Amino acid sequence: MAREGRTEIQKTEKTGVPTVPEQTRPGPVYSPSVDIFENDNSITVLADMPGVKAQDLKIDLRESVLTLSGRVTWPEGPNELDVLREYQMGTFLRQFTLSETIDQAKIDAKLTDGVLRLELPKVERARPRQISVRTD
Amino acid sequence: MLVRRVWPSRPTFDSPFSDFDQVRREMLRLLDTVAGETFGDVGAGVFPPMNITQDDDNFYLRAEVPGIKPNELSISAVRNRVSLAGKREIQQEHERVSYHRKERAEGTFNRTVTLPTEVNAERVDARYVDGILTLTLPKAEEAKPRQITVRT
Repeated sequence: MAREGRTEIQKTEKTGVPTVPEQTRPGPVYSPSVDIFENDNSITVLADMPGVKAQDLKIDLRESVLTLSGRVTWPEGPNELDVLREYQMGTFLRQFTLSETIDQAKIDAKLTDGVLRLELPKVERARPRQISVRTD
Repeated sequence: MLVRRVWPSRPTFDSPFSDFDQVRREMLRLLDTVAGETFGDVGAGVFPPMNITQDDDNFYLRAEVPGIKPNELSISAVRNRVSLAGKREIQQEHERVSYHRKERAEGTFNRTVTLPTEVNAERVDARYVDGILTLTLPKAEEAKPRQITVRT
């Protein structure tokens, strides 16, 4: 399967999520695939949200719960008939609890080609400090 | 067929295929129920997931391929087959990062789908917006539906 030393990409099915509290907007809700990593200064979240436009993406951080939700605009015209349907469209929704204290004013979000990149800088006092050990 | 008249529900062997057929239909019905309510539509299991629709003039192929550079996509159409190949790279982050989640897949893909009719490969239009690739494939002239007027 490997070509040029690469692996072929595996398809992952969108996973539906039960939403709590229940949504008022009808339609399915899906959990986006994410990468989350952190270094000393910030936490970065990357989320695949294909079909979501920047104005339909909501990012909310309150009481250390981060909520990402993005609504997909139905792209198909009214006269189009199905031939093959392999994915469904709906709302992307995912929540995380962040343990570090985030500097809310400096949060930066960018949506490029259906991928959200969210930078959450830590506040100064939450950053790890090197503690040097003195020897006598 | 006296037996049949007395016990109509009892299986008989005079028409074995009707029994198999009944079982087959029942199984398909059960599968439909499970697939329809739990998993939604199950695709081909190949990346990228695609939706294809049609109207009188065109086929529309939409594929979810977030985070791919358009110049790394290779699309080709011949007669009634469309191929989509490319790779998805996730750029390396700085060293000294520790991961909490790593769910986004990377790698190469190469997929071909067959459309119900031939398309005009010269006039295929491809757009990539918000991580969705949309191909508009005009149907070949001879494949388009024709209105037939009834003479009186």
